[in-house]
Amino acid sequence: MSRLSPRRRAYDMAVRALLYGSTLLTCGLLLALIGYILYRGVPGISWAFLTTADSVLQGTVGILPSIRNTIYVILASLALVLPLGVGAAVYLTEYARNRRLVGAIEFATEILAGIPSILYALVGAVVFCQVLGLGKTLLAGSLTLVIMTLPTIIRTTQVSLRTVPQSYREGALGLGSGKWHMIRTVVLPGSLSGIVTGCILAVGRIVGESAVLLYTAGLSTMMQDFSTIEALMRSSGATLTVALYVYAKERADLAAAFSVATVLLALTALINLAAGLVGRKHS
Amino acid sequence: MRRRRPVETVMSAVFLLCGLVAVAFVLLITVYLVLSGLPAIRQVGLREFLFGTTWASTHATQPQFGILPLILTSIYGTAGAIVLGVPVGFFTAVYLAKAAPAPVAAVVRPAVQLLAGIPSVVYGLVGMTVLVPWVQRTFRLSAGDSLFASIIVLAVMILPSVISVSENALRAVPKEFEEASLALGATRLETYLRVSAPAARSGIATAVVLGVGRAIGEAMAILMVAGNAANMPSLFESVRFLTTGIAIELNYAAVGSLQRMALYSIGLVLFLFILLLNALLGLVLREGVDR
Amino acid sequence: MAPIIRAERLELYYGTHPALRGITMDLPANQITALIGPSGCGKSTFLRTLDRMNDLVPTVSIRGRVLYRGEDIYAPGRDVTALRKQIGMVFQKANPFPMSIYDNVAYGPRTHGIRDRGRLDAIVEESLRGAAIWDEVRDRLKKSALGLSGGQQQRLCIARALAVEPDVLLMDEATSALDPISAARIEELILELKQRYTIIMVTHNLQQAARVSDRTAFFLLGEVIEYGPTGQLFSMPRDKRTEEYITGRFG
Repeated sequence: MSRLSPRRRAYDMAVRALLYGSTLLTCGLLLALIGYILYRGVPGISWAFLTTADSVLQGTVGILPSIRNTIYVILASLALVLPLGVGAAVYLTEYARNRRLVGAIEFATEILAGIPSILYALVGAVVFCQVLGLGKTLLAGSLTLVIMTLPTIIRTTQVSLRTVPQSYREGALGLGSGKWHMIRTVVLPGSLSGIVTGCILAVGRIVGESAVLLYTAGLSTMMQDFSTIEALMRSSGATLTVALYVYAKERADLAAAFSVATVLLALTALINLAAGLVGRKHS
Repeated sequence: MRRRRPVETVMSAVFLLCGLVAVAFVLLITVYLVLSGLPAIRQVGLREFLFGTTWASTHATQPQFGILPLILTSIYGTAGAIVLGVPVGFFTAVYLAKAAPAPVAAVVRPAVQLLAGIPSVVYGLVGMTVLVPWVQRTFRLSAGDSLFASIIVLAVMILPSVISVSENALRAVPKEFEEASLALGATRLETYLRVSAPAARSGIATAVVLGVGRAIGEAMAILMVAGNAANMPSLFESVRFLTTGIAIELNYAAVGSLQRMALYSIGLVLFLFILLLNALLGLVLREGVDR
Repeated sequence: MAPIIRAERLELYYGTHPALRGITMDLPANQITALIGPSGCGKSTFLRTLDRMNDLVPTVSIRGRVLYRGEDIYAPGRDVTALRKQIGMVFQKANPFPMSIYDNVAYGPRTHGIRDRGRLDAIVEESLRGAAIWDEVRDRLKKSALGLSGGQQQRLCIARALAVEPDVLLMDEATSALDPISAARIEELILELKQRYTIIMVTHNLQQAARVSDRTAFFLLGEVIEYGPTGQLFSMPRDKRTEEYITGRFG
């Protein structure tokens, strides 16, 4: 019985080597990346690191302000982008009849999804910080992030709205409920897990974003005053990613930068895990 | 027939408004970038701006605003990242979609997602502390911050999207094609590369275009490894990309100055690149449908 | 006449579910053998064991032997690709690759190492002629195969199988997805191909089996109930179940 010709055997071996080699390289890179960050970052993490602010007097580093700022930015962005994005998706799947308008909205969403964050930073820095007079504040940063995360929310919601069976809608309408009532009681609950997935993805983008916030929300790692609405509007500071950049580039405190990187890595893993769990439940 | 309830009218108007917001944002960004990007170009001169080889925005007496070095750096850097990242990503995708045993794929896939989720400043930090010194030592340079280091960082950063988009495309290839190839006596690996991959080519092309988009738009990670001098690009020189060209000066260019306006003009150029890519993506997807 | 393929006590399991229960069968060369039986009886599974296409299903386990020209195709170390080159397969649903007509037919020869342009041209033409489709596609060899009609696509797939110069052609309900006229053309083609190839076909269409085949095997629940010359099996079935099936009382 003839075996594979030497030439074909060589081809097979070469392809096999490429497949394994590439996959190993990808996984190896990730492992090395994680290993190195943990190696340099974990020693600097302590309860005090997570729960205090930088202290010049004591010479200690603490990222509590950055954590608070990050949470602020996440909540403020989601509070605006969620209704906007879900609303747009509902319009697209439930209301829109004008194909050209649908086309325009979907095209716009695509464009928004493709715009690099440095351009959002540029636009945000002018529109929100200068023209609207907000200055470099967490609020201006959050507003810029609303535009940036809008396509994520629209798309994931749209996809999950489409999975709600048409028969549910017909059932609800057949019982005499109005369209809005039908959407509120049948369609939105039916696509809840998709909306949650969209939120998690948006949170992921916000946590990972740095360029936008660096130029619209400020660099301060001091404790901000969140006690009143007015103070909230005025506060300005670094989120975790920006803090990492500040520690690494401006203060040359690499140990602190790696500890922040460790925190970010853990958050990323957590966010991916959450998205995976919700996604699995969904399917 | 009952009249439409007022709440219905209100809500449909609200949803319409939400839908229009996305369009409004795009218009806002476009109009703003054009309006604020044009004055500096007009002042410097389009030819001088696009093809000038010197960027010296802060020169006391004779500032120069030529962004050719930035444009070329962005193009070379992106091309380099594609050349390094796409083959690795493609073969990893083939492995995951076709060859990997289920338990292995179940570990590798989340790993790829994690790679996608890592913030760009983290890539920048590791690049700056590990890669840059390594480049400096290995190639005996005075400094390791370079186009080369940026290309490596970008190649790693585009990997996850190249992998996941190609993998999805490869999985969507009908099993019948592969069976036919095997029945003709092709090996599995021959089948993956000669039948499955060509059948998935529009998806793989999409992956490449998305990779280009990610590479050309990245700012923070390469800000930390590129050196940021506006030299004409050369592999081991300190370089400045379109993105980092904006990033490096945005925080200190005075509002209203020509320097700041020129940053908006760079933004406009970058925006045009992105629109071009979007059009390309549309073309690739349309071809996929026609087939 | 010595059989070209012989199955001996062949058993096949999907996990723990038996799909073939001890099949012993001789398939003679240069004849058309039809495998008939109700859905799920194992006839397609059996066909796919003959060129080891079941290897692709992860949970399959096989016992017994399949001899091709006297050698066990499931023997350890046996080269599957060489086997599949000699035993070609045409599938129920026409499955041309999303490439040009020419590249579809040339795919097999190229895979097996033929690079010479002139030789490939000759093989492509000969195979397309052999599958009775040359006249319809000679002017559009560089066009996508997906632009052909269903019947043409299936004949192209037959040409593609012929291009690697097989010994045996396995056809898995190759006409069931086609309109009657296209199906009739393929039947004619099968009768012609018999001169040079051994053909084993699975079919749901009893008239087709009666018209085309020399020998017929009736499968039921993973066993061969009756196997013999087609005329005999259809006119004087020995087994009650065969009679019930061919007279349409079940299935």
